[in-house]
Amino acid sequence: MSANNKLITMREAVERYVTDGSTVAIEGFTAFICFAAAHEIIRQRKRDLVLCRLTPDLIYDQMIAAGVAAKLVFSYLGNPGVGSLHCIRRAVEQDVPRPLAIEEYSHFGMVGRYMAGAADLPFFPLRSYTGSDLPAVNDLIRFVESPYGDGPIAVVPPLKPDVTFVHAQRADVSGNTHLWGLLGTQKEVAFASKKVIIVVEEIVDEDVIRRDPNRTLIPGLIVDAVVHEPYGAHPSYVQGYYDRDNDFYLKWDEWSRDQSTTEAWLDEWVYALPDRAAYLEKLGKGTLDRLSPGDLKADPINYGRYG
Amino acid sequence: MDDTNKISPSELMIVAASRELKGNRTVFVGVGVPNIACNLARRSHSPEMELVYESGVFGAQPARLPLSIGDPTLVSGATSVVSMADLFMLYLQGGLIDVALLGGAQIDRYGNLNTTVIGDYNKPRTRLPGSGGACEIAINARRIFMIMRLSKRAFVGKLDFMTSPGHVDGGDTRRRLGMPGLGPEKVITDKGLFTFDNPEREMMLVELARGETVESVQAAVGWPLRVADELREMLPPSAAELEIIREQLDPQGLYR
Repeated sequence: MSANNKLITMREAVERYVTDGSTVAIEGFTAFICFAAAHEIIRQRKRDLVLCRLTPDLIYDQMIAAGVAAKLVFSYLGNPGVGSLHCIRRAVEQDVPRPLAIEEYSHFGMVGRYMAGAADLPFFPLRSYTGSDLPAVNDLIRFVESPYGDGPIAVVPPLKPDVTFVHAQRADVSGNTHLWGLLGTQKEVAFASKKVIIVVEEIVDEDVIRRDPNRTLIPGLIVDAVVHEPYGAHPSYVQGYYDRDNDFYLKWDEWSRDQSTTEAWLDEWVYALPDRAAYLEKLGKGTLDRLSPGDLKADPINYGRYG
Repeated sequence: MDDTNKISPSELMIVAASRELKGNRTVFVGVGVPNIACNLARRSHSPEMELVYESGVFGAQPARLPLSIGDPTLVSGATSVVSMADLFMLYLQGGLIDVALLGGAQIDRYGNLNTTVIGDYNKPRTRLPGSGGACEIAINARRIFMIMRLSKRAFVGKLDFMTSPGHVDGGDTRRRLGMPGLGPEKVITDKGLFTFDNPEREMMLVELARGETVESVQAAVGWPLRVADELREMLPPSAAELEIIREQLDPQGLYR
């Protein structure tokens, strides 16, 4: 094993890098949403987290129902293509299971916050928010005069999460990570975060990474730990590996409608299971087979051999 | 026609939106009804239309009906897949989007949209999804089309919250505020079609769906409605358009 081997288990990663009260970002726009990390955080009963994510999705709906979060920083609060996130609505509208503070942006605002965090800028300027009521309810969205006389421009402050879990197709043991498909904000959140945990479907040799360097979204340089967790994004998806489990997203709409059925789901699928392998076994081969996509391969390209 | 062949309100809106999209090269697409409208346009009169999704996809050619705007079918076979930073900075803010389709829980006479809360923001009666990309899309896309079912609950005199600006206070407010896009141009509903083609930039009824009257539309709008001098009829879907929707784009009838 190389000295740079950062492989650890999800249990170790959450024990080591997620502390109560810390700011956690688990991104992935519809794709690459690392439910494996969320379930381990719930299992370890972390508390008072500040959760950041453009689209809280089912992952934060589950975490907030489990009571791990004190605050949510976000830009779109929906079950994509289905409807509401009932658990988060319960927290916001009825303080169940506990009150939840919110800090709300638009998508571009959240992207800009990660960019400013990653590039260590004092703020990120963007053409948004003019005329909107969002700045009135979020004091961190402000306007500054352009120093070049072009009028006012909206700005958002940097966001530097304490820790992020970034799911991807494959990485080597030191965390050099290949990702393809919807890139979302995976690169920006990784560079913005103080600690970076990479979670992948496959661990590959460093040679595999070096044969296709344009596909390396995240360098091992900024990675603290690597977790090998196949199907770790279910019911979200990983391009070319498995499809989104849309049936699950539709069913969650029913299961999550009240706190007791939600807690029953969490008991059965999170607390009662030791790890992701047990989750996959419980999910069953039939489901995984159903989510298997056919092949659609890119043509090989030639980087050329020089010297 | 038996009941199963009846044209649904969604189908009427999908076809009307698809026809209005003619001539646009780049369209910013949302899921559901707007998505079907854009794909209908691409499969009928505008095969060269580029579908752009905020998930980072440019030139999507979905092989199945995507449930979400992040569906993997949007990636496979697309012209380009980029980060959301690139999508918002280079494509949207860079001025490359001809038209975007938006909707919301509430709209007012100037085409301003609420997708955030019903009731007070700090103690909402109903917490809605929020902006997503809508706020910056409404500001930066060259033109905005809205697709919404017409109802008094949605077409309100005053928004509970302004998430995404339309013509703001009307007139030339957008230009004065320095917004790059031209703002809302059409509102496509199941009962009629509206434009903002007047100096005040106020929503104006220009087409009526079959069976509707100015009175029936006014009854579903929460302010005294402006009506064009000459009202046209919203032409119903053709057999060919219905066939594409029902057999190719939404065979399960999820959005009927």
